[in-house]
Amino acid sequence: MFKDITLGQYYPGDSVLHRLDPRTKLIGTLAFIISVFIFHTFPGYAVATVFLAAVIWLSRIPPRLIFKGLKAIMLLLIITVMFNIFLTPGEIVWSWRFLKVSREGLSLSGRMAIRLTYLVTGSSIMTLTTTPNQLTNAMESLLRPLNRINVPVHEIAMMMSIALRFIPILMEETDKIMKAQTARGADFESGGIIKKVRNMIPLLVPLFISAFRRANDLAMAMEARCYHGGGGRTQMKPLRYAMIDYAAFVILTVYLAIGAVFRIVGI
Amino acid sequence: MGIIKALGLVFDYLKYDEEGNVEDTQRAIDDVSLDIEEGDFIAILGHNGSGKSTLAKHMNALLLPTEGTMWVEGIDTSKEEKLWRIRQKAGMVFQNPDNQIIASVVEEDVGFGPENMGIPTEKIWKRVDDSLKAVGMLSYRNHSPNRLSGGQKQRVAIAGVMAMRPKCIVLDEPTAMLDPIGRREVLDAVHELNREAGVTVILITHYMEEAIEADKVFVMDNGKVVMQGSPREVFSQVETLKSYRLDVPQVTELAYELSQAGVKLPQGILTIEELEEALCR
Amino acid sequence: MPIECKDVSFTYAPATAYEIHALKNINLRIEDHEFIGIIGHTGSGKSTLIQHFNALIQPTSGTILYNGEDIWGQNYNRRTLRSEVGLAFQYPEHQLFENDVLSDVCFGPMNQGLTREEAEPEARKALLQVGFKEKNFLKSPFELSGGQKKRAAIAGVLAMNPKILILDEPTAGLDPRGRDNILDQIAELQSVRGITIILVSHSMEDIAKYTRRLIVMNQGEVVYDDAPHEVFSHYEELEKMGLAAPQVTYLMNGLKKRGLPVDLKADTVAEASKSILKALREVDSPLLKEGGSHV
Repeated sequence: MFKDITLGQYYPGDSVLHRLDPRTKLIGTLAFIISVFIFHTFPGYAVATVFLAAVIWLSRIPPRLIFKGLKAIMLLLIITVMFNIFLTPGEIVWSWRFLKVSREGLSLSGRMAIRLTYLVTGSSIMTLTTTPNQLTNAMESLLRPLNRINVPVHEIAMMMSIALRFIPILMEETDKIMKAQTARGADFESGGIIKKVRNMIPLLVPLFISAFRRANDLAMAMEARCYHGGGGRTQMKPLRYAMIDYAAFVILTVYLAIGAVFRIVGI
Repeated sequence: MGIIKALGLVFDYLKYDEEGNVEDTQRAIDDVSLDIEEGDFIAILGHNGSGKSTLAKHMNALLLPTEGTMWVEGIDTSKEEKLWRIRQKAGMVFQNPDNQIIASVVEEDVGFGPENMGIPTEKIWKRVDDSLKAVGMLSYRNHSPNRLSGGQKQRVAIAGVMAMRPKCIVLDEPTAMLDPIGRREVLDAVHELNREAGVTVILITHYMEEAIEADKVFVMDNGKVVMQGSPREVFSQVETLKSYRLDVPQVTELAYELSQAGVKLPQGILTIEELEEALCR
Repeated sequence: MPIECKDVSFTYAPATAYEIHALKNINLRIEDHEFIGIIGHTGSGKSTLIQHFNALIQPTSGTILYNGEDIWGQNYNRRTLRSEVGLAFQYPEHQLFENDVLSDVCFGPMNQGLTREEAEPEARKALLQVGFKEKNFLKSPFELSGGQKKRAAIAGVLAMNPKILILDEPTAGLDPRGRDNILDQIAELQSVRGITIILVSHSMEDIAKYTRRLIVMNQGEVVYDDAPHEVFSHYEELEKMGLAAPQVTYLMNGLKKRGLPVDLKADTVAEASKSILKALREVDSPLLKEGGSHV
């Protein structure tokens, strides 16, 4: 039942955040990430926390879903914190044999932990409230200026959205091929790494051939429906900023301004 | 001249060797001429490899003839500058529903053709609404195609073609990968389009049952059109059809067996009711 | 070696929003040397059921016995089971991967522990038995026609010498000639090798012609399990499930209602033809007198 896996992790809803233009959310996420690097003091992090909490509350998404994303980076987080604690030189506050903990190390690792956590949480909120297709559209729209320096922005966006459509199909197909080969006695589990890789051949060959056939079919179907690249193309759902987007931009500007002021004043 | 016309059409598949020289040619279509009237429901029958799909791809300028000419609404398909006009006039639906749906949301997929044609946004929405309604899929507009049945996916594909407002749709074995319910859904939708919207339908299939309600049937074998006529005319020739590796509907075969055994029955019985009537006269 | 299902249930994605009860309390017994048809529309549970027979899916509850042993028991060797209960899936493209057909068919036997030299005779035998031409043995599986691919895929399972062969939609996508050929070959296999065949199909006509027992699945349950003509007599109920009896069944019922004494058990063209002729003679039909030269 691979088709039940929703790609990305979109959580359907109708909150203010869901209704924002995806470009606003993309820019907003970027602004938030920048902000957690601008802030570097306790009052600064307090402002970022209030901002993040407000956004979580506005999204109406169960917080446990939002924090689920943190589990994946837990190991990375622990390693980063460890490295920073033990390897930053400075005023020693505690030591045992070769392990030394400095005041600077503690404060740096604390900051790293907060930044990493907020970064992941912030982007999770974006992917939870925005469908992959909306994100692709937003990127296409925001990157459009690159067209002038001959970056095929439309084509890249089209490729991404097709990939999003076909990943669940290919995952389901992988499952079917595995079953078909298992029925012929194939073994995908036991053996060492080399044996395991070799055992993947009966799975990978049919999968690649099928993917190429699908690509071929799809190209033909697209051509038959008059697809000829981005030129002269209109959009069924063009992105348009609405009032809430302008409001969001005002809030974002104020938020970033606070960050700038804090930095300058040195709080 | 009808909406689709072919004259002396020949198509060779070329096989190249490693240096890029033509190594081998295989004739897929061999001197086919046909003329299809606007508004007709046409079935093209033939076993796998008979050339029927290759012929279909010519009607949409996906393939261009090696020899001879194909016209769509009077336009020679080999005229490159008219390519997009031809593809819009003669829409095409393929066998595998998964490999022709581009978007991850039903309505966005239906809008794909009009977007490519440069139709203004508001008009795209109208076309998408109309087309989804025509195939009975309007209530699924916000669904992901991955969650639809085969028959539903194929109806979405048909809606995607209809949104381009074609004069004619060519369906290349649209039911080959579907179960009986899905087959029925797709056929009903296609017949409805033919009746209500007056769209010319060219249905390529190897299911004989699907050809019974057609206005005209063409049978292909070895790249040639070997039989043509009304379903009744074609299906009355049970032995000939069998020689082309085709079948007849079960009742037709039974009627044929009975008449071979000496029961006096009219020729070319196509439905259960007809045979029942004939036997109980 | 019978297969037995006892109260087998299977649930996809249990305790989530996508929970589907694919099988509900299935009780079945499949005896040796049977030729069984399984029918049901997409989503009826038939594919899930056959994957239980060779332990590709573990039931959520209930037991499956093969030759009296629980196949999900502690020390049960499920790889051996899979070579005794062969399952050929619908799409040959999902299993063909080798450079040539013969090597591909050797894949199964070699997984059973045979060397290439030992596997090859088995592969050759299997390919010939499904009607695959010897001249194509060394062709790439990807150059084959749809019918040939199907045969190669079935041979790939058959070469493992299964005692039970399950075929999922072996005729899907084939043209009429290809379909009849492959089914004739399978029927012959059943008598030559003396194995059990389980045929999953959408075609009532095929089931009527080849099988002697028909299992109808609907919404995860076995609704009928009987001789095909008995099942077809419930044609009105079948229609409610989105299925249909063969055309001949409808005709015979229609004729009977109109007073022609035909045999309702007839569910193939040959049987119907015989029965109608007999009935026409009984009622002394004018249809026979006028043109009945060689009856």
